[in-house]
Amino acid sequence: MIDFAFIAERYNYWIFIILMMIGLYTVISRGNLIKKMVGLNIFQTSVFIYYISVGKIAGGTAPILIGGEDHGEEPAAEGVGQAAPALAQSEALHAEPFPKIEGFEANDLSTALSGTEPGAEAGHEALHAAPTANPPLTAPDEALTTVPPPSFDIAPPADAAQHAAGAGQPLDALHQTAEIIYTNPLPHVLILTAIVVGVATTAVGLALAVRIREAYGTIEEDELEAADDIAEFGHAMTGKAGA
Amino acid sequence: MNLAEQLPVIPIILPLVAAPLTLLIRPGRAPWAWVTFISWLIFAACVAILADVAANGVISYHLGDWAPPIGIEYRIDLANALVLALVSGVAAAVFPFAYESVRTEIDDRQSPFFYTMMLINLTGLLGVTITGDAFNVFVFLEISSISTYALVAMGARRDRRALTSAFNYLVMGTIGATFFVIGLGLLYQATGTLNMADLHLKLAGLNNRVVEAGFAFILVGIGLKLAMFPMHLWLPNAYTYAPSAVSAFIAATATKVAVYVLVRFFFTVFGLDFAFLTKAFTFVLLPLGLAGMFLASLVAVFQEDVKRMLAYSSVGQIGYMLLGISFGTEKGLAAALIHVVNHGLMKGALFMAVACVVLRLGDQRCDAFQGLARRMPFTTWAFVISGLSLVGVPMTVGFVSKWYLVNAAFAAGNIAAAFLVVASSLIAAVYVGRIVELMVLREPAETASGSRPVKEAPWSMVIPMWVLVIANIYFGVHTEFTAGLASQAAAALMTIAGGR
Repeated sequence: MIDFAFIAERYNYWIFIILMMIGLYTVISRGNLIKKMVGLNIFQTSVFIYYISVGKIAGGTAPILIGGEDHGEEPAAEGVGQAAPALAQSEALHAEPFPKIEGFEANDLSTALSGTEPGAEAGHEALHAAPTANPPLTAPDEALTTVPPPSFDIAPPADAAQHAAGAGQPLDALHQTAEIIYTNPLPHVLILTAIVVGVATTAVGLALAVRIREAYGTIEEDELEAADDIAEFGHAMTGKAGA
Repeated sequence: MNLAEQLPVIPIILPLVAAPLTLLIRPGRAPWAWVTFISWLIFAACVAILADVAANGVISYHLGDWAPPIGIEYRIDLANALVLALVSGVAAAVFPFAYESVRTEIDDRQSPFFYTMMLINLTGLLGVTITGDAFNVFVFLEISSISTYALVAMGARRDRRALTSAFNYLVMGTIGATFFVIGLGLLYQATGTLNMADLHLKLAGLNNRVVEAGFAFILVGIGLKLAMFPMHLWLPNAYTYAPSAVSAFIAATATKVAVYVLVRFFFTVFGLDFAFLTKAFTFVLLPLGLAGMFLASLVAVFQEDVKRMLAYSSVGQIGYMLLGISFGTEKGLAAALIHVVNHGLMKGALFMAVACVVLRLGDQRCDAFQGLARRMPFTTWAFVISGLSLVGVPMTVGFVSKWYLVNAAFAAGNIAAAFLVVASSLIAAVYVGRIVELMVLREPAETASGSRPVKEAPWSMVIPMWVLVIANIYFGVHTEFTAGLASQAAAALMTIAGGR
């Protein structure tokens, strides 16, 4: 019995594994040094994809403050095109200090993990469970856009909040913004570092290939081996040269 | 700012800042002098760190003052303080040694680049050792590896095969590093942290397949970096064709640092109650360690090229370290750590002696060594003493290593392993003895004497070489220093690992 849903849900891992194997196979099977470098690159890139997909949380947004003191005005203003509701929004957020914290907590893989018992698949399960445990991201946005009736005009902020409370909807919005899901930024940052390392490795590898070409006149591995054998023994050896 | 507080970061910051500055210096003697000066400063800092750790216990340095589980931490206990002292000590001996050797083997215009690479390499090795952050290990590992690829390729002036061996090293080293990153990714996925101490806490009791896969990836990745027996193929060529000074430096440090990383991950991150670890000990490290000890040593016997012989011997010696770790006991771990330090000292000295011969004769094949005792007595006796140390003759550090290893084997109830250690030492006696016989007992070859007389190597090479040779003898007699500290370090690691 093959659990197809289980396999399909983890498609990001399959992409990673397939790419990784393509890369590794290319490195091992190709005799051309440039092709080897390209294979190595694919192999490394697969790991980048793995890290990035691990950090991504379904429906998660970029880790920037949404609805915070400075940035909160924008989405609201965009949604309604008026200043007052935005003020109301930011005031409402002031009531609840640091609304982002909960979002972060929900993002922490370790807390998600500790919630489940350690079993063979605990890691996977927890990771996949984490996003679904939270409301989808689109909720806060919708809430913001539907918040205030346009009749509010130039009400003072405190009043606006009052009105809003009366209206009932903005409280929902407040509730929702407190649970914004952020995609975990750390794996992405790590992979930025790894990409730099990968670029450096590729650069050194290709530079070596250029130098090898200058020294030997070829970048095919078997021809290089033959050239070394001729230099050492005076004739090309059949099969692999002794160590 | 208090300098003493910032001490742990000095071995990293200093070479990292000094390296690009080296590029600005005019080719000639100046880059070498500058780099040597820096290496001595670093050695002084590392010795100060070692003294501090030995007196006051673990140092935890928070980089940029960010608290550990989130910020990067440099965590120095006795185990890495010892490796720091070894790496910086070998650097402090090899850097002054390098000048004459590099002048003949490398284009003079390239010398600033060469010394820059050496400093970057040193930064990477020290960084791997000092850091307490798992991802940081990868970054520093690649800093040291990428500079090593470039350094090995610089041997192309003498032999173009340096280029292909550097390329192969690059491919294998990158695969190893990438495996290591995959392993880290899996661990991060399971725990959500990268700090080693934090990882250890969060991994406790976690035995699922994600962690097991992470462990396997890390084992294979580091196994490639440390040239664990069947994954050693990059090593002999890289050591053979690299410039002699580079061979001396990386043979004494690079693989030792990788062994340290393995120990660090096994004992500090995973711990002994991780069931997979004990399986890895019995089914991976023990057989591969033994296989390396014998097969690589046997291959070494039949080498015509002395550098290649020493390279295969390195693979064999790494077998001893893996064997020590595989017992999973405090004594075994102590033996492995002692051998990490001691092997660094003896291989450094041996490769330096070969570098002296290469300088004077331009040849690293066995035939060139014939009858050298008359012409290059200092070099010859340096080779003989450190060779005896490699075999494990009493009064040398090699004996201390073997003594602790055999003791650990008996204590672990593995008497067969104890005998195998002794038996493989006999193989070492064969390949070292072969060269020593050529150097000491044979008459010089006719052709060499006819053309031009061979002089002793210059003092700038002989003195650093003999410093290491004397260290070989000194630490062989005064065992309380290396062996004592390594035993304490092993005890501390075992406490963290939750061992018996």
